[in-house]
Amino acid sequence: MAQKEYAGKVIELDDNGYFTNPDQWTKEMAKEMAKENGEELTDKHFEILEFIREKIKSGQSLTIRSIGKSGITDIKSFYKLFPGAPLKKATLYAGVSKPSSCV
Amino acid sequence: MKKLLILGAGTGGTIMANKMRKILERDEWDITIIDQFKTHYYQPGFLFIPFGFYTKKDIIKPKSDFIPIGVNFIQSEIDKIDGKNNKVLLQDGEILNYDYLIISTGVKTVPEETPGLKGKLWHKNVFDFYTIEGATALANFFKTWEGGELVLNIADNPIKCPVAPLEFVMFADSFFIERGMRDKVNITFVTPMEGAFTKPRASKVLGNMLKDKNINVVPDFYLESVDNDKKVIRSYDEKEVPFDCLITIPVHMGDSMIERSGLGDDMNFVLTDKFHLNSTKFDNIFVIGDSANLPTSKAGSVVHFAADVVTENLMCAIEGRPLTAKFDGHSNCYIETGHGKGALIDFNYDTEPLPGSFPFPGIGPFGLLKETRMNHYGKLMFRWMYWHILLKGKEMPIPSEMYMAGKEV
Repeated sequence: MAQKEYAGKVIELDDNGYFTNPDQWTKEMAKEMAKENGEELTDKHFEILEFIREKIKSGQSLTIRSIGKSGITDIKSFYKLFPGAPLKKATLYAGVSKPSSCV
Repeated sequence: MKKLLILGAGTGGTIMANKMRKILERDEWDITIIDQFKTHYYQPGFLFIPFGFYTKKDIIKPKSDFIPIGVNFIQSEIDKIDGKNNKVLLQDGEILNYDYLIISTGVKTVPEETPGLKGKLWHKNVFDFYTIEGATALANFFKTWEGGELVLNIADNPIKCPVAPLEFVMFADSFFIERGMRDKVNITFVTPMEGAFTKPRASKVLGNMLKDKNINVVPDFYLESVDNDKKVIRSYDEKEVPFDCLITIPVHMGDSMIERSGLGDDMNFVLTDKFHLNSTKFDNIFVIGDSANLPTSKAGSVVHFAADVVTENLMCAIEGRPLTAKFDGHSNCYIETGHGKGALIDFNYDTEPLPGSFPFPGIGPFGLLKETRMNHYGKLMFRWMYWHILLKGKEMPIPSEMYMAGKEV
């Protein structure tokens, strides 16, 4: 298991670089993680990150489609906000584990 | 009389009707099963239809053949479940009361979720094989097709039988080789996942199998729409893949009745306790099979393993004891790899599919994550076991909990 410092705190990460304990997460850390990829997070980004954290906390599975149905954003804008692989990136920034929607 | 209601007479509902009728006293318990359709499809058989190995008659039987004596079968659409008042409302206004309820309404493909998918090329150049109509239309198309871009796309996860799309492209490879036209068919596997399969070690092995068979893989492709004029599929980040023949695995959703009943997530899968297999909202509602939002495969083997857990826990609930059975997410899938061979994977919530061998009392062993003839025969033999043993709720020679014997860690 890896460790890394974000916002002055040592965080436990899994092999893929995802938080192992979502409770360690703060907004500052998300901003730092995004900065590593040269990205700036807006309020809209944080709305999505909070939605993801809520979903995961309640034990529900997470898919891109469910984010598209959240009312916060549509899928196309979600792709623009988190370019590349949006769900992988958004869950990384949200401090939760890698989505296991694929089984 | 106390009442057990079962919603859906597919694999899960039928198994539960058979198991519970054997256990519950006939003079104390009334069991009723409800389904809107008459015909039971052997769904693993859909894969074989496009390639002409099976036809429709090989995979259908009347549902009523498998409902045991002493269980009432009502053919009707279900309007909704009123969990607070222990009632189920049918479409025609009839109201049924229950003491315990089992939800086994399954999952269905919803091509309408994707713009253009059900466009003018539907069942002409665009086919699904998860329905009898799509599989049959594709079989007819293949009879005269002269080749071109054959593209298989998975629109989204979760899907029923996550290995079926892989089996399809591998079958297609051997089918077109045997017809002497493989050089005219370019096969591409387009998936929203980052590789061939969902679990890392299996993804690597299966990914290599595809490579060896000259099947291209386009990963991280999340389908937005189908352009019928340009004959391309387009992703949300505007990638395009051209096709002459598109095999689609459309978006899957649970029954809309689940949404009307307020028991599901945003894809209409029932919110289910993943260990005890009851609804997280009502203790007297149990859930089996594809309709549950469990983090495991939507597959017949999962239903079969879950049936033992639901049976035990339902009896615990009826007798007022704490629920003792715990589901481990066990899944076991044969993978047809073409040329009369197959592979096998066996996994659960915590253990990903591993290579090795799978002990099968009386018949086995089968090779895990490798291509063997034995695995192919296992799959063919399974159709007989499905109709004669599994649906009737009889003992299968595989325990429900996964075991590590034979697996290479």
